[in-house]
Amino acid sequence: MSVAPPVSAADSVPAGATFLQEVMAATPGKSRLNMCIQCGTCGGSCPSGPEMEHTPRRLFAMIKEGLRDQVLRSNAPWLCVSCYFCTVRCPQQIHITDVMYTLKGMAINAKLYRDHSPPDFSKTFVDYVEHYGRSFELGLATRFNLRHHPLSLPNMAPMGLGMLKRGRMDLVPHRIDGMAQLTRILERAKALEATS
Amino acid sequence: MFDKSEEERIGVYVCHCGTNIAGVVDVGSVTRFAADDLKRRGVVLSREYTFMCSTTGQDLIQKDILEQGLTRVVVAACSPHLHEGTFRTACDRAGLNPYLCELASIREHVAWVHTDHAAATAKAKAVVSGAVERVRHNVPLEAIHVPVDATTLVVGGGIAGIQAALEIADAGHEVHLVEREPSLGGHMAQLDKTFPTLDCAACILTPKMAAAGAHPHLHLHTWSEVEKVEGYVGNFTVTIRKRPRYVLEDVCTGCGICIEKCPIVVVDEVHEAGVGFRKSIYTPFTQAVPNIPVIDTETCTYYVKGKGSCRACEKFCPTEPNSIDFNQTEQRITLRVGNIVLATGYDMFDARRIPQYGYGRLPNVFTSLELERMCNAGGPTGGRVTLRDGKTAPRTVGIIHCVGSRDRNYNNYCSAICCMQSLKLAHLMRERTGAEIYNCYIDLRTAFKDYDEFYQRVLDEGVHFIRGKVAEVSDVPRGPDEEGKLFIQVEDTLIGMQRRVAVDMVVLSAGLQPRHDAKEVGQTFGIACSSNGWFIEKHAKLDPISTMTEGVFVAGCAQGPKDIPASVSQGAAAAARVLMRIRQGELALEPVRASVLAERCSGCRLCNGLCPFNAISFDPARGVTEINSALCQGCGTCVAACPAGAIQGSAFSNEQVLAQIEGLLLKNLEPEEALA
Amino acid sequence: MKMLFYPGCSMQRTARPYLDSLLAIREAIGLELEDVSDWNCCGATEYMSVHRIAAHALVGRNLALASRQAEGTDTLTAGCSACYLNLAKTDQQMREDPRLRTTVNEALAAGGLSYEPGSLKVRHLLDVVCNDVGYEAVKAQVVRPLYGLKLAPYYGCQVVRPDPDSRWDDREQPVAMDRLLRALGAEVVDYTLKTQCCGGHMTVIGPEIAYGLIRRLVHGAAAAGADAIVTLCPMCQLNLDAYQVEMNKFFKTDYAVPVLYFTQLMGLAFGRSPAELGIGKEFIAAAPALARIQDEPPPAVEAKKKRRPRAEDGLPMPRMG
Repeated sequence: MSVAPPVSAADSVPAGATFLQEVMAATPGKSRLNMCIQCGTCGGSCPSGPEMEHTPRRLFAMIKEGLRDQVLRSNAPWLCVSCYFCTVRCPQQIHITDVMYTLKGMAINAKLYRDHSPPDFSKTFVDYVEHYGRSFELGLATRFNLRHHPLSLPNMAPMGLGMLKRGRMDLVPHRIDGMAQLTRILERAKALEATS
Repeated sequence: MFDKSEEERIGVYVCHCGTNIAGVVDVGSVTRFAADDLKRRGVVLSREYTFMCSTTGQDLIQKDILEQGLTRVVVAACSPHLHEGTFRTACDRAGLNPYLCELASIREHVAWVHTDHAAATAKAKAVVSGAVERVRHNVPLEAIHVPVDATTLVVGGGIAGIQAALEIADAGHEVHLVEREPSLGGHMAQLDKTFPTLDCAACILTPKMAAAGAHPHLHLHTWSEVEKVEGYVGNFTVTIRKRPRYVLEDVCTGCGICIEKCPIVVVDEVHEAGVGFRKSIYTPFTQAVPNIPVIDTETCTYYVKGKGSCRACEKFCPTEPNSIDFNQTEQRITLRVGNIVLATGYDMFDARRIPQYGYGRLPNVFTSLELERMCNAGGPTGGRVTLRDGKTAPRTVGIIHCVGSRDRNYNNYCSAICCMQSLKLAHLMRERTGAEIYNCYIDLRTAFKDYDEFYQRVLDEGVHFIRGKVAEVSDVPRGPDEEGKLFIQVEDTLIGMQRRVAVDMVVLSAGLQPRHDAKEVGQTFGIACSSNGWFIEKHAKLDPISTMTEGVFVAGCAQGPKDIPASVSQGAAAAARVLMRIRQGELALEPVRASVLAERCSGCRLCNGLCPFNAISFDPARGVTEINSALCQGCGTCVAACPAGAIQGSAFSNEQVLAQIEGLLLKNLEPEEALA
Repeated sequence: MKMLFYPGCSMQRTARPYLDSLLAIREAIGLELEDVSDWNCCGATEYMSVHRIAAHALVGRNLALASRQAEGTDTLTAGCSACYLNLAKTDQQMREDPRLRTTVNEALAAGGLSYEPGSLKVRHLLDVVCNDVGYEAVKAQVVRPLYGLKLAPYYGCQVVRPDPDSRWDDREQPVAMDRLLRALGAEVVDYTLKTQCCGGHMTVIGPEIAYGLIRRLVHGAAAAGADAIVTLCPMCQLNLDAYQVEMNKFFKTDYAVPVLYFTQLMGLAFGRSPAELGIGKEFIAAAPALARIQDEPPPAVEAKKKRRPRAEDGLPMPRMG
């Protein structure tokens, strides 16, 4: 009887691991991704489903067959709204939304996304958090739209002004006291992620 | 403990089992170990062979018993579950008491669970050593013979139960058929047409029901339940609780006037699956057997409002004396039976548990059973397929497969019949309404005879198939063009996109699940339920109709989801098994039993509540506990529990077990002087 | 009862009315809230899209600070669904995945912190109000019942899904907030879209998708006869309220369904002034809807007399428990 190769002490993905194993190892807990029966409940439930190049189900079929490039280039994970309908309805109880997050991170690491705007949005958000410890809506919206949809800025102006008028938007970001502490924590976390 | 005065002549046989054992264990080494090291423990010969269970292998043992005068036999091979009987019978044929033969499992316990060959071989030697020490303490035992009563109890009047009952009755033996509802028929009586032949369910079922009702050897107890079962195989004592019908069975002619005149109309949750009506006094359907109504006291005015009111049934009953008896009481009947067949059927999965399908909230979402009733000519719409308004025919229908099945959130198993049922409903609805039908499935399971051909027929009739499990049924529009419609939202996995299909009506193919009280019923009859709730058979492949309790058999969906041919086959198989027992007239039971040494029993009764087989009783007169050896299955619970050591197991005495432990630890090989 | 409170970035500004109304009612319902000092952003749905472990560590700092601060309570509550879910999920995944627990704690150690998963109970604010405070206690504080006001309870996604600690009766059609609103005297309309997604950040990344979803939710509430939608998440409120205007522009429609937080409704029922509760800061003004609140309870609907079913009634519906 063959036995699965033991995983190293640092729990890194063993050499020769398949793309499926890679994705499952990068997702915390037991994602059960290998148990997919391709029923399509996820694809049927997804609010963004019609806009995705590949439904979650199709993505999983591709993952199982090792189509790494195509999967990481797909716009599908970027359209996930984290509504978790797929996760609670999946008959095999696969942690679908968690897998979507894993794929997003992998796509960024591999720089394999085609439409830059969703990853850029996330990265811009991350940037503010890593500078201030808090998110900053005005900065996020402006920077993002300037880069990706500059022509939409005039259209967004009424809403932006509306928010300001109602006291619902900050003009400047706020920084937490423990920013240095947070930075140390995040850097260590990223270093640990790189070695895993 | 290691008494040398006993001159046992023990034969040890070590099996290769092809490479199953020999591939890991050095069989030769084990054989030589038994011959050399265990010689002073009474082993006079030790042999190895490739397949001990073969005729040649068995012949080896028999020859040695006869020619070498063996007094004990140890066979080191596979698990006793498989061949203990084989080797014991072989010994018996050669004149050695079968209980002087012990099995040592060196396959399931050694070769199949270890990869280190040296360690496995050492373990195999220890196991053989243990078996040799144990067998030295074996005593000859004789099987216990019990007579078998020729009367049979069948529980459940669906197609499986009816089949079993008819076959036993046709053989000339008395059968008592107990059915919880007022009539025989079960779920099959609710159906319209059956797949794949499209036979009308009632047309093929009612002749059997009628035969059961008229059979001289078949005694029907409808509107009844089994309350208590005592005794053991061949000699069960069963108590049946007959609920009062409030109608005299010997007088009522089944004319039906009372039903016509009854003013109370209620929703029929049972036979009409909640989509039709019945009266407060009712028979479930027109072809009911027996055709004697019952009064539902929860809705009958006489019982609800007070004794003076209504009584219309009584007023219009034409028989002399009047068939209505409002004061009828329940009865208890005690029966003596030899064998029991449980054919209690299934419940349908409750589709209300899946809120995103809208059942119970959206009017035009139905279950498959509701559709069966609608298609049935005796149903609420006289066989017309309509929307919930009872009038309008649907123009587009979505049929959703796997509702509540193959789903870890509900039931993890496949319900076996729903794909075929969905195809059948697609065919019937299209035939009657011309509607566009969309069957939405994960996999199409059309495995048996003529089933796939039926799928091809339905395909040819223009039914649409979408491979995808429906995510939601919604009446909420996504845009202005979707107002006023019902949608099934599904990923068409073959085309590769999410679709919203507008339909008038949705049919949920709900799965099968065990009866809500299967566990309690199982306990009444002394059988267990699996983790999914179905009754457990003795062997899933080779004996699906026996249970671990001798004398109790299962047939039909009570054992797991299956179609009508399979249920009928199981009913017939159970009948054949029962008839075999009746023909044998008496049963030889394994003498592996516990017994109480009365002189040691203090009457503390600690063991009394422990027996899973209800074999232990207390004799107040003598102040000691007794064990019914026919009921006892030799599980050993009471043996272990008794604080006084007053209970002994006949094939697993303390001496045997302790000796086996010493043998496993190879204490028997230590030099004599070291022993105290 | 005392609890640790994680406000989250949105409650500071975008959803300031949520925080203001919560502060206005907490005394009345006996809720003592202690802010987690120097808390940082939970990362929303964005941080985890870029960095996995770091996202958990980001949340972990909040859990660590809260658990260090915890005295007399082990409950941490958040009003924003995304904040709540991030906190709850990180805690749950650290509990179940020993590898993650070690890695996150290693990262936290770089900041002199650590967190023992399971040492805090993470709960959404609605959960606290419905189950810890209780409907009866809430009802007891009502001085101005919201008679005549028809409300559509909108839960959104992340509070009821995936529900790591099994707090809710149903993940598709929950009734907790419905019951709460009824306890305030309001009428709750049959709003089956109550857990359909508002689109989240798609309003920025993929507006067309988002507007379609928002339209459905707003249209559904209006079609059900609601005077207002009640929500419990800043993101949902922003999308349904501020973006209702954008959605109207996109589809050339003229919906005007105001969107308020459940804490604001509670505040109104408890007799607080709208200004105190941040009412007036919505894009779709709530005042016209709130003007429909009456002094007298609406007349009780006469129970339909039971009569013998007739053919015109059609086929019976299944009994719902």
